[in-house]
Order: sequence, then structure tokens, then C-alpha cells
Amino acid sequence: MTQSSESLLLEKDSFFQRKRRFKDRFARHAIAGGGLAVIGAILLIFLYLLYEIAPLFQSASIEKTDSYPIVGDGQSLHIAVEEQGELFLRVNDAGLAEFRRVESGQLSKTIPLLDSSETISSFASASNESRVFALGLSNGTVKVLKHDYRSVYRGDDREIVPEIKFPLGDSARVLTDSANPIQALAVRDGDAQATIAGMDSNDTLHLMVIEKEQNFLSEEWEFNEQLFTLADVGSAVRKLIVSEDQRYLFVLSHADDLKVYDISKVRQGGIDSLAGQYSLSPGHTVNDIRFLLGGISLLVHDSSGVLTQWFWQSFDGQRRLEKVRTFAGEQGNATILTEQRRKGIAIINHSGLLQLAYTTSSRVAFEDTIDFAGAVRQAAISPRANLLLIEDGQQTIHLWAVDNEHPETSFGALWDEVWYESYPEPEYVWQSSASNNDFEPKYSFSPLAFGTLKAAFYSMMLAAPLAICGAIYTAFFMAPALRRKIKPLVELMEALPTVILGFLAGLWLAPFVEKHLPAIFAMLVFLPPAIVLVAFGWSKLPIRIRESMPDGFHAAVLIPVVLVLSYLCIAASQPMELLFFDGDARAWLTNDLGVSFDQRNALVVGVAMGFAVIPTIFSIAEDAIFSVPKHLSNGSLALGATPWQTLLRVIMPTASPGIFSAMMIGLGRAVGETMIVLMATGNTPIMDANIFEGMRTLAANIAVEVPEAEVDSTHYRVLFLAAFVLFMFTFIVNTIAELVRQRLRERYGSL
Amino acid sequence: MDHSETQDTSLYRSQDQTVATWFRSGEPWIWVTGAAVAVSVIAVVGLLLILAVRGLGHFWPSDIVQFDYVDARSGTQTVVAGQLADSEQVSLEQLSSSGLALDPSLGDIRRRDLIKTGNRDLTGADFRWFLYERMSTIEKPEGLMVLERREWGNFYGYLLAVKEAGVTVTEQPPMVFSEPVWEEFRSRLQRALDLNETIQDIEKNDTRALNYRLEQLRLDERALELNENLDSQLRQRESARIAEARAEIAVKYDVLQETLNDLHTQIGRDSFTAITVTGQEVELTFAKVVHALLPNQMSVLEKVLAWFAKLAEFLSEEPREANTEGGVYPAIFGTVLMVLLMSIMVTPFGVVAAVYLREYAKQGVVTRTIRIAVNNLAGVPSIVYGVFGLGFFVYGVGEQVDHLFFEAALPAPTFGTPGLLWASLTLAILTVPVVIVATEEGLARIPRSVREGSLALGATKAETLWRVVLPMASPAMMTGVILAVARAAGEVAPLMLVGVVKLAPALPLDGNFPFLHLDQKFMHLGFHIYDVGFQSPNVEAARPLVYATALLLVVVIAVLNFSAVNIRNHLREKYKALEH
Repeated sequence: MTQSSESLLLEKDSFFQRKRRFKDRFARHAIAGGGLAVIGAILLIFLYLLYEIAPLFQSASIEKTDSYPIVGDGQSLHIAVEEQGELFLRVNDAGLAEFRRVESGQLSKTIPLLDSSETISSFASASNESRVFALGLSNGTVKVLKHDYRSVYRGDDREIVPEIKFPLGDSARVLTDSANPIQALAVRDGDAQATIAGMDSNDTLHLMVIEKEQNFLSEEWEFNEQLFTLADVGSAVRKLIVSEDQRYLFVLSHADDLKVYDISKVRQGGIDSLAGQYSLSPGHTVNDIRFLLGGISLLVHDSSGVLTQWFWQSFDGQRRLEKVRTFAGEQGNATILTEQRRKGIAIINHSGLLQLAYTTSSRVAFEDTIDFAGAVRQAAISPRANLLLIEDGQQTIHLWAVDNEHPETSFGALWDEVWYESYPEPEYVWQSSASNNDFEPKYSFSPLAFGTLKAAFYSMMLAAPLAICGAIYTAFFMAPALRRKIKPLVELMEALPTVILGFLAGLWLAPFVEKHLPAIFAMLVFLPPAIVLVAFGWSKLPIRIRESMPDGFHAAVLIPVVLVLSYLCIAASQPMELLFFDGDARAWLTNDLGVSFDQRNALVVGVAMGFAVIPTIFSIAEDAIFSVPKHLSNGSLALGATPWQTLLRVIMPTASPGIFSAMMIGLGRAVGETMIVLMATGNTPIMDANIFEGMRTLAANIAVEVPEAEVDSTHYRVLFLAAFVLFMFTFIVNTIAELVRQRLRERYGSL
Repeated sequence: MDHSETQDTSLYRSQDQTVATWFRSGEPWIWVTGAAVAVSVIAVVGLLLILAVRGLGHFWPSDIVQFDYVDARSGTQTVVAGQLADSEQVSLEQLSSSGLALDPSLGDIRRRDLIKTGNRDLTGADFRWFLYERMSTIEKPEGLMVLERREWGNFYGYLLAVKEAGVTVTEQPPMVFSEPVWEEFRSRLQRALDLNETIQDIEKNDTRALNYRLEQLRLDERALELNENLDSQLRQRESARIAEARAEIAVKYDVLQETLNDLHTQIGRDSFTAITVTGQEVELTFAKVVHALLPNQMSVLEKVLAWFAKLAEFLSEEPREANTEGGVYPAIFGTVLMVLLMSIMVTPFGVVAAVYLREYAKQGVVTRTIRIAVNNLAGVPSIVYGVFGLGFFVYGVGEQVDHLFFEAALPAPTFGTPGLLWASLTLAILTVPVVIVATEEGLARIPRSVREGSLALGATKAETLWRVVLPMASPAMMTGVILAVARAAGEVAPLMLVGVVKLAPALPLDGNFPFLHLDQKFMHLGFHIYDVGFQSPNVEAARPLVYATALLLVVVIAVLNFSAVNIRNHLREKYKALEH
């Protein structure tokens, strides 16, 4: 060491030294900070996915925001909140429609619904979402009304102007000439037809069907009404409901007997019009019945606190209401409310227990007691389901803000069979969206997970044997000169964009397979024995020819053999088809075997994705076999074992953990692959292991649906959950593989 | 590598074997494992060959055949002309089941040809299948031309007359070829092509620049509206500036519009009439034609030249007709730009993280866990990164950025929508494990002695790192970055969520300040393949282009990969020398 450098080291406090030390420390901190930041950013993926899916599993919460008394006469018959949650309608028995401000109860507008001579004897609401309601009057007539809202802008301020409309004309409809009061009432208003059912005090049930037509010139509605009466309905009628499609009339008696009448048969003269009779909850009294959003399911709540969901099922052509789902609750009287956008229900027990349930997921997202005085007089949920409004027996309005964003999912809804509306039995279905508003979203991961595993399975069936055999040969038998050429080729294969594989699979391989189906199976059947035959033939060749092949060149010799054999199989495909399958193998499969055939099927995906997975498995497995210490194999060979015996008894037991981890990593890649599946299958979410049918995988499903999903909706979060499932699955599989490999490396080190 | 790794199997061969001993020796299984390699090799090479043949073959101007055809269903006879696209053998059974009554005596298997007959505006279909046995008088007339048009695909037929402003300049009878007419046609086509180029140039650069400035002015105005605490004098001055600039642009716009109108009149001057083989006469303007060829009288050399011209066009032009014709230049540009941005982001961060993990972090359980985690992230499906990018970058960060900096443009999102920046960031996160792993490997290979030597000479750790370790590890970093680039270039699934579109109106890099538009959506080769191959209305016509695009992508990625492999090998050689 020279003098100057020594003095440099000693002279610690010179400016230069300080600068160096500062730089050193700065670098240390900067690199540590930067490194940790990058690692943090990677961790962020995990945390962010968790953050997005967490709301799916949170319970709903409510918060009481206000309560105020309603000043004025008249008991309320109905309350309903408008879309924005600013106004609510309260119809009272004095025949006034009061529109009040939600936050204060202050009267915004009052519209009289009746003439001075009329009095209300019954009330019916068609459904919350239609905003149509009807008043049955004591003179035997019915008024059908609709509350509607307009937004009026004054500068930047928006004001909501309520109004009352007359969907069936502004005159009252006469149900009975006898001028008996209407005691029970039901109404439905559709696009082309409206139905009113009313029971008068004489115990006669009147049914009015009004056909609607819009004059396309004047744009005025023309109505054509027909009146029917139903005999023998019985006296003690408690509630009437017309189904949403106006096919059935439901009559609930005080004895809780539900009679269902077929309206079309009533219109034809009434013969056999009784379509069914049900005892809804034997042993208990029914508190409330109403339809769920969409008008398919009937909800029944009884005094034992149980809510049941019923819908039509076909048995040998006979339609019957069938109980499909129950929710348990607290005994006593209760009011049930249905949401207007989702299949959600609020059950308000008059003792104070509130349950927010969701039918599809069978989930009760909220259950707690809330405070209001006495019985529930009327209650309403706002259209956006973020506001709950109860008027209690003391004419006080209680308000709650509801936060219930994602009741649609539960573990059961995601993974178990679910009995969806109109399905004959519980099934696994993924169907996230449809064109209509009252659609029941079906978020079952099972068909997607099944599709994912199916695709992975078929690709591993192809890839695992090919890649592992290839790795064994390349690592243990192949000539080094050849090996140096094969390895980059495999690396290139690994780098091939999967979009290219997918495109070739979808546009080239799928039609090819369809056309040469027999050839594909002939190759699978004939290639392995043919190879063995060639090998045997080779061993019988004169030694001079055999010696001309250098060691480890079997693969090179086999390339022309495989080529010729494949060509023969393809050339023989059509004759085989003619000979065995009447000239059309595809039609034969479908007609004779009953196996349905999609052009883009699991076989195509298996081949294409197998192709994508082979290099992954190959390079890791090859590495594992090649790194087995040479003295082990040399020792075995020296003791007289054949190369194959050495491979089986010495090399493979040592390398098998490495091969296992190669398979795991290959599986991880097959599970997460998106483009190939997207392009080479029909992407139909079916659960069928048939190799000739397609599938939809979790990854492809995300790619298809995420761009269209509304941000932060349940659908969006469910797709994030799918991504999280994929993430965790591959991460765990890869971690296991990595740990196994590390263990293996340590073992090699010690050998 | 010594030779002992390949086991000498000849020892066992010379013995006189029975089948049983032969099987017991395991020799057949060695062949079977060898076959696995053979199959894999055939698959890779076959795949590349399919791409090459189908992709490159598309640009070859093949001959146009003309033949009489008797339809198998109606029995009517027509004349057909077109280029042979495909040919296949079909069994009689399949043909009969599709309702064709064919003479069974001609054998069980029939040949069927797919002919590109073009003239989509007249017949409604580009491609049609014809049974070979029903063709007669197959010929290749020398006057039969193929026109590549800007709309409606190819036109096949005979040139009749060339017109200027509706007046015939020169003409020839149908099916007769005369050199001077063709020359006239060619020269007028060239003029139209030149004019078209000028028009394109003006529309793409000048008009777009003006539009861009107008949009900026609109945003300035809106920002002025939103800014409440600006004093009125400034506000007035600013609005005056905007109004002035608007007026200036309007003047320029008018001038441009006039030039364009003039050019459009010029380009619409010439027209020509042509007749199809079925005798339909059409009149077309030269403005609608891109290429005109007479493949039946071209020599091989001319065809090769035409092939190269088409290939060059494919690489340098914009797509036409819903991406089914023209080139893929914007997709190449988008891919390269996105990958460049990504590597600019991924390289420093990946290297810093690797250096931290290898050189600074305490080598314990935590570091080991982190290393495994980072390693495994490379195996996490890319779609997961796409979902993350969409949720976190686009809807999360992007929306915040919009509210903070681009309020004037709201409710139209600027960064709150998929775009170039988010795509490259997402891919940077996707590929950062690759860079970390490669760099770490490089760092690990540097012998301790080198580091210790530097430290012993009195260098600080940072100096050792900067002067000794990092330069030695640089090839490894390069490898990592190249591998990352190769992966990013081929990745499509996440990009579909965070910024790629089927047709971007403009390149994300242009002459308008700030030149690089990170918020713009862009085109990508991989997505182009997916979109054109699977979402296009005319898949049959687009398929050859998809093959060509796929081949291009493979070539790009293969070049990147091989350079990575070479760098890695070079690096290994270098340190082998150091270790001794």
C-alpha cells in the first residue's frame, strides 16, 4: 500500500472523506428505500385485491338519521320513496297523496285523489318499482294511479316535482254496478294490458282486464275493458295479488289458504280456473305475502318468523308453486319489503328486529333490533335501497340510512348449487348480466373453476408426459451438441406470446381437428407403439448402420419417423372416416355416441395450452435432472446398470422433487392462462368434462367481463375476487414448487 | 461439458438380444423419451413454418384464374375469376349432407377450392368455395387485373376505359389487353396516389394539430371558468387571448380546408371503367384504388418486387377496412413505445430492488421469503396484473389525477381511463420480478474475491457497488430487461384492460406539445392479432394478415430472446475466466 492511500484512510475528517462517507450512507438508504418500495409495490397487488373484495363479505350497516311525527289527519295507507331519496309519498285514508321531504317530513305538495263524495275502502299497490297503486272506493269503483317525479333545474339547483298520473285514464273504473264497497283489491299495469281484481262487500270477486293500445297518430291511449266475476272464492278474503305477468290471481283467505286462479281461464268462462290451492304455513298465521322483484317469486312471512320463497315449478306439465328457500327470524307480526333493483328483502318484525336478506345468496346481511314505537304502520325502502323509512303506530316517521352494497354474494352463492328463480333445481350457474332490469345475477364460481381445472387438466395431460420425457432425454441421453441446439429452441417456445398460440388454436387447429378427428386419435394411438417398433427395428439393423448414429441422436433419427407417421395418419384420416364413421366423424360422435361437439373445444385448448406449458415444465425438469451430481450416475453405470436402470433407480428418485415442482409451476401457468382459452374455446360457462366441449375459465371470464362491469358494483368486486382466487392459487402452487426446489438444491449441495 | 453425461449405450447393443432382454434394458423407453423431444421440436418448427408460409404467402401476387362453373345446387353456369386461397378434400358424405346432389360415380372424396373472388360491392362475399369437378375451361387471361381498393376489398376484372372529367381518354374492348391503355391507367393511378398522400399528410398533421390546439383552448376556457379566485382583469385578458387564438386557428382552418377541397377536386378528376368476368360494368375513381396489378403477365422477378412492396406496405402503413387490410404500423409503433416506456420504468426499480436484496438486506428468513415471493410473482397470471392495473391505476390513481390536474376536461376522463401510461406501468409491475431475478442472479455470480478486493483497497460499499459490482452485473441486468421486454411485447390479456384499443385515431407520439401523450390509448400487435382474428366482421379476408402479424411478433420476440441468451452466455464466459 502506498503512503498516500494510507494517509487517506487515516485522515478521516477531510472533506473528501466526509463526502465519501455521505455518499456511502446515502446509497445505503436510497437503495434500501427504493428496494423496499419496489417490494412494497408488489405487495400492494395483494393488498389492493383484498381491499377491493373486502366489501363483498362485510355485513350491511344501518344508521338512524332522524324521526319526526306527521302532523295531520288520516292514517297512512302507503308510503313510497322516490329515486333520489329526497321526497316520499304518503297516501292517507282521507284520499290525499302527500309528498313530503324525506329529511324533515315537511309537506312539499298535496294532491287530492278523490272527489268529495268518495271514500276509500281498500288500497293496493301493484309493485314498488312500477309506482302504480289503486284505491278501491266504497261505491264499487277503483281508481288506478301512479306517482311520478320530474327533475326541474333552476340554474344548478335541481328540484324534484312530484305528480300523480292516471295510467288507465282519469276516470274511475267501475268494478261492480251494485255499488258495494271494494274490500280487497289488487292491480297490475303492463305495457299492453292491465288487470284489476276486487272483492266487494257481497263477497263477489270481480276481475277487470283492460287491454291498452296507443293510437300511433294521436299517441293517446285507448282502453278496452272486460269484466268477469269469480264465483265460489269463499268469503274471508284477506289479500288479493295479480301476478306480474297477469296470468294468475292469488287469493289469500283469513284461514291462510292461498287459491291461485288462472286469469286466462277466467276470461274463457271460468271453467277449471282454479290452478292451485296451497296451505302456505300450516300451524302459523301468515303475516304478509308479496312478490319479489321480477314477479317470479312469492314471499310469505308467517307468525313463526319464517320467511319462505316460492316459485312456479313444472311437474309433468303441471305448474305448481314450490317452496325453495326459507329464512328464519323472530316470532310475531312482521312487515316485509322488497328492494326495487335487486332481489333483496327487508323483514321488519313489529317487535323491532330488522333483517336485511337476499334471496339468491340466502344471506342475511343485517340483523339487529331497531327502535320505533309500537307496530309498523307503513314502511318503505328507497329505490336505491339506501334508505329505510318506517311509520310507526304513533304516526311518527323513522329514518335509517342503509349501507347494504353487496348482499348478492356469500360463500354458498359462489361455490354451492343455488336454486335460482325459474330453475327446476339448484344449479351451478355463472350469468352475470342480462338485458332486463329485474334479472337475478348468478355468480357461481363453480363452473368457472371447473372450466379452469378442465383446461388445465387436458393441457397437463398432453404437456406433462411430453415435457418430462423430453427433459429426461435431453438431460440424460442427448448428445451435448444437440442439447445446445434444443435448449434455445425450447426457450423460444417459452417466449412465444400466448396470443399467437391462441390464434393458431382457434383459427387453424380447431378447424383442422374438426376435419381430421380420426387422425388426431390415430396419432395418439399409433405413435407410441410405432416408435417402439422403429426402435426395435433399429436394434436389428446391422451394427455398421447403428454405429453411424452418434450417441444421443435418437431424437434426430425420430424426427423424420414422427413426421412420416403423422402425415400417414392425416392422409388416412378421410378413408378412416369413410370406413368407420360414415364419412363424417363429427356427425357420428353427435348422432351415434350422443357426445356434443364444439369446434373450439377442450381438446384444442389442451393442445394449445399444452404447447404453452411444455417449455415451462421442460426447462425446470431438465435443470433438475441435469443437476443430479454426475458421480451418482457414473457409479451406477460402473456397477453395470444400464443407462435406463440408472435413470429409473438413481437419477429419478433424486430429481423427482424437481420434476414435481416443474409440474406445479406448469399447472400454475395453465390455470392462469387467458388468451389461449379466450380464443380457442367458445367461453360458455358449462360444467361438463366432455373433451369435445368448451369451457370458460376464471381468467378468460375476467378478461371478458371486467371492462364492462360497473366500477365498485358487486359484479366488479366478484371479478376481483376471481382474480384474487387465481392469484392465491398460483402463488401457493408456485411457493410449494419453489420450496421443494430449494430443498432439492440443498440436497444436491450436500451430495 | 464433458461427454460422460451422455451414456454410451453401444455397450449393450452388440449383445445378441431377445425381445424380452431388449425391453428389460430400457432401450425402447429411451427411444420413447427421444420421441417426446422429436414431437416438441416438430411442433415448434411446424408452428413457425405455418406462420411463415401463411403470413408471408399473403403478400405474393398469385395468378388470377378464370373458369366456367356450374353451380351444384341451381345448375346455372357462371364465369368466375379470382385468386386461389385454399384447397381441401371433402368427403361426399359431408357434401351430400349439406344438400348438394353430386354424381356418386366420381369417387368418395372431392376437391373443393376456396377462391378469393373479391368484388364484395357487387356479390356480397369476398371468398367462395367451388367444387373442382364442376370447373371447366380454366385459364389465366393476361388482361385480367386485380385492384386493391380503399373500400370493398379487391376488384377482379378487365379494364375498359380511362376517363378524365367524364370524357374517355383511351379505351379497349373487354378481355383484350393493350399496353398503352394500361400505361395510361398506371400513370393516372400514380398521380392519384401522390395526391392522396398529400391529402393524408394535411389531414393527419395540419388538421389534427389545429384540432388539438382548439381542444386545448376549450380546456383553457373551462379551466378559467372553474378558477373562481382569479381577478377579473386577468380573467378578461385570458379570455381575450383565447378568443384571439381561436380566430387565428379559424383562419388557418379555412385555408387548409380550401387546399383540401382543391386537392379533392383534383383527385376526383380521373376515373375509369372496368368490367367483371360476369359482364358487370363499373365506374371507379382513381382515388379509391391503392394497387393495380396484372399478376398473370408478371414475371417471377416482378412478383418478387411486388411481394417486397406489399411487405413494406404492411410494415409501414395504417390499417384499412376495420383492420382487415393495409398495414400494422400503428400497432408496431404502439408496441414499441409501450415497451420502451415500460423498460424505462422497470430497469431502475428492478435493479435497485435486486441490489437491495442481494447487497444490503440482511440475508435471513425475511429476505429469503421476499425472494421466494418475488420469484413467484413472475408466475402469477398476467390477467391478475391487468385487473390490478384497471382497478388501482385507472379507476384509483387515474381518477384522482384527473380531479387534481385535469378538472377542466371532466367529465371526460384524461387519466381516469385506460391509456399508454397505465399500460406501461402495469406491465412494469408484471415484469419487475423478471428483472429482479435476473439481476440478482448476476450479482450472485460475481465472485466474493472481486468485492473483497475493492473493499480492501479502501473503497466504500457504495463505491464498490458503483464501480465494480454493477458494471460486472450489467450484462445480467440487460438479460433481465430484454426478457422483460420480450414478455411485455407478447402480453395481451392485461393490456386489454388497461389501454389497448383496436383502432387508435392517432399515434401517441406526435408534433403537438407535449409530444408524448401518455393518456392516449394505443394499438398493440398482440391485441391486433386477437381483435382481427376474432372480433373482425370479415375473418376470412383478415386471416392472412393475422398470420403475418403473428409472424412479425414472433420475429420481434425471437430476436429479443436470442439476444438475451447470447448476452447471458457471454456473461457466463466472462466470469468463468474471473473465477480462476
